[in-house]
Amino acid sequence: MTYLDHAATSPLRPAVAEAMAPFGSAVFGNASGSHQVARRARRALDDARERVAQVVGADPGEVVFTSGGTESDNLAVFGTLAALAESGSPCRAIVCSAVEHAAVLASCQAVATSSARLRGIEPVEVRSAPVDAGGALDVGALEELLTDDVALVSVMLANNEVGTIQPLPAVAALVARRAPRAVLHTDAVQAAAYLDLAAAARDAQLVSLSAHKLGGPKGVGALIVRDPARVGPILHGGGHERDRRSGTSNVGGAVGLAVALEEIAAVRDEEGSRVAALRDRLAGGIISAVPGAVLSVDLHRCLPGHAHFRFGGVEREELLVLLDERGVCASGGAACSSGALEPSHVLAAMGVPPDEARGAIRFSLGHTTTESDVDAAVEAVRSAVAELRA
Amino acid sequence: MRVLVAMSGGVDSSVAAALLVEEGHEVVGATLKLWGGPSDSGCCSVADVEDARRVADQLGIVHHVFNLTEEFEQSVVEPYVASHAAGRTPNPCVECNRHIKFDRLLTRAVRLGHDVLATGHHARVRRGTGTPRLLRGVDADKDQSYVLSMLSVAQLERVVLPVGEMTKAEVRSHARRLGLRTAGKPDSQDVCFIHGAEGRAGFLGRRLALHDAAVVDRRTGATAGTLPAMELVTVGQRRGIGRGDDGGRRYVVDVDVPARRVVVGGEGDVRSGWVELDPATVTWVDGPRLDGEEVVVQLSAHGAPVPGRLVQRADRVAVALGSPQRLVAPGQTVALYDASAPEVVVGSAIALRRSPAGAAITPEERPGEAEVSPGDLVR
Repeated sequence: MTYLDHAATSPLRPAVAEAMAPFGSAVFGNASGSHQVARRARRALDDARERVAQVVGADPGEVVFTSGGTESDNLAVFGTLAALAESGSPCRAIVCSAVEHAAVLASCQAVATSSARLRGIEPVEVRSAPVDAGGALDVGALEELLTDDVALVSVMLANNEVGTIQPLPAVAALVARRAPRAVLHTDAVQAAAYLDLAAAARDAQLVSLSAHKLGGPKGVGALIVRDPARVGPILHGGGHERDRRSGTSNVGGAVGLAVALEEIAAVRDEEGSRVAALRDRLAGGIISAVPGAVLSVDLHRCLPGHAHFRFGGVEREELLVLLDERGVCASGGAACSSGALEPSHVLAAMGVPPDEARGAIRFSLGHTTTESDVDAAVEAVRSAVAELRA
Repeated sequence: MRVLVAMSGGVDSSVAAALLVEEGHEVVGATLKLWGGPSDSGCCSVADVEDARRVADQLGIVHHVFNLTEEFEQSVVEPYVASHAAGRTPNPCVECNRHIKFDRLLTRAVRLGHDVLATGHHARVRRGTGTPRLLRGVDADKDQSYVLSMLSVAQLERVVLPVGEMTKAEVRSHARRLGLRTAGKPDSQDVCFIHGAEGRAGFLGRRLALHDAAVVDRRTGATAGTLPAMELVTVGQRRGIGRGDDGGRRYVVDVDVPARRVVVGGEGDVRSGWVELDPATVTWVDGPRLDGEEVVVQLSAHGAPVPGRLVQRADRVAVALGSPQRLVAPGQTVALYDASAPEVVVGSAIALRRSPAGAAITPEERPGEAEVSPGDLVR
């Protein structure tokens, strides 16, 4: 089996599994309690929070553990607007890139409608910032959208689907100049395995993280909140996470996130180079073996693990089936709750014609990928595409 | 044999898959996502996909979900709306079978290396020494050969219909025996892309402009009030029409959209021994039947078989019925069966509006007038 879908989820790192093991049995306490069992859990949670803070260059108090990337993105959007409503700020607009993850886009759409009032949020105007043909934010167009009344700007660190790295420092500079009252949020869920999170947390005031994309466990993530006064809770209850996220702490998950982040931070450059070399080998192999295979994004503009291809005259649904039969796991993009592939808003924003988008496949490599994986995948793609074109 | 079985999440296709697995074939299941909008029945909901997936898990077969919503919109939903806009009464299930299941999906099955496509339809494919034939299902009440009547030999060669040999009761008891979660699931009834709460009127009202029409008496020519949403009116319909001056029942005998007119008549006016077919839509399972040949026709999804005779002239095709029948609404499929072997499908066509020039009712349309002289075919 050749697993090239690390952008969907990455297998658990052995060190993470080991660190989490006690929380499946021995360390079961509720970290909010006062007795010895609880204290043991509390200490592990506090340690985990400090370790996450260390990696991202933040204070421990700025780390809010969540259930994952989607909750972090929801908290960034709804939490910012909820805090805004409390403060009586006149800001009435938010700006996000057109290629944000659905968790950001759907949250922004939700606060643009009157249903936002149910959460005490006045509906805001949502402005979508376009991207170029390679999926990178059009910074000039963003500048036009940034005005004094913008409350939140959300630009992901790198795109989950095509892998394009976004110019976050330039965005941060623009926001500071054109929309000084705005909070800058970056969804770093996909980028966290390869890019410098401390730099991202200097540029942005809010950073979304998810453990399972990093070889950590599913169901845990974090939102880094540089200015706690500017984010209100969206889950109400016992006031956990300094009243920014109620709910009994997922202690083992938090430990898993911390260990995954630390392990990545220790080997980031080395692993990035190794994976990029494998990815380049995969892309080169596919381009020379498959006539008409086109990379959606230049490799030097995207994450080391991403290679997003379009195969003319081929349906991605069919190619994925034949690759699966050949033992190769790849992705055709976002799927709905039924499991069916949906048309990609990312490719649409990049101006890819719908019929070309139908032949789009993402290969994403990661910490377990080997050279023989890559060579097997090239051969599988070659024979599968040839079969479909026959 | 490598078989791709189309699994809707219903009991019939669940059992079809199970039978093929029991026979030792290499089976893969596929569920089609056909509709992105709201729906509560048919082949489109997440719950149905889950049923199909869990049945596939239980049978130990691979299951895929294919998204054919764009094709479905283009080949089924848009023509459905256009047909209503023109005052016809389309049959979207027939078009889905024609364009989606037995074209797009069948092509995909072959491209993915499958020998055949299987579905859970109640009809049979008989493979003798010669070319395959499509037969009615064993269960007369559940027979679905009507909605498959457009299939050709080339398609039938790559289609298997395992439950056509069983009654519905046998299908359900087989599903129960295997403990399939779909064993007691109700049959789907309605158009899968129309939400029950919204209904046909709500769906079409969002997609096209609905117009009021004058109700005109076919015998007197007098206007007897108006009807809303004439695009939803079906030839043969009685509901909403009221009674005539004589107190008798009134039926729709024609819907004339450009003239904003619905023509109504009595019992005698709504029956005819003549069905005009759209020549562009005629399909033959295995080569054309000729003018004058005896056939058996089925005029609606659950209609009774009626003997008739094919009438073919230069640019017209019709069936002269052995006995007058309720008028066939234009847009409806007419399935054609072999007169000497009335289980066997020979072709299909879509019914045309009776009087294309307007509301004038010509003599051959009168009840009991089954025999038509060639002169009547000249407009």
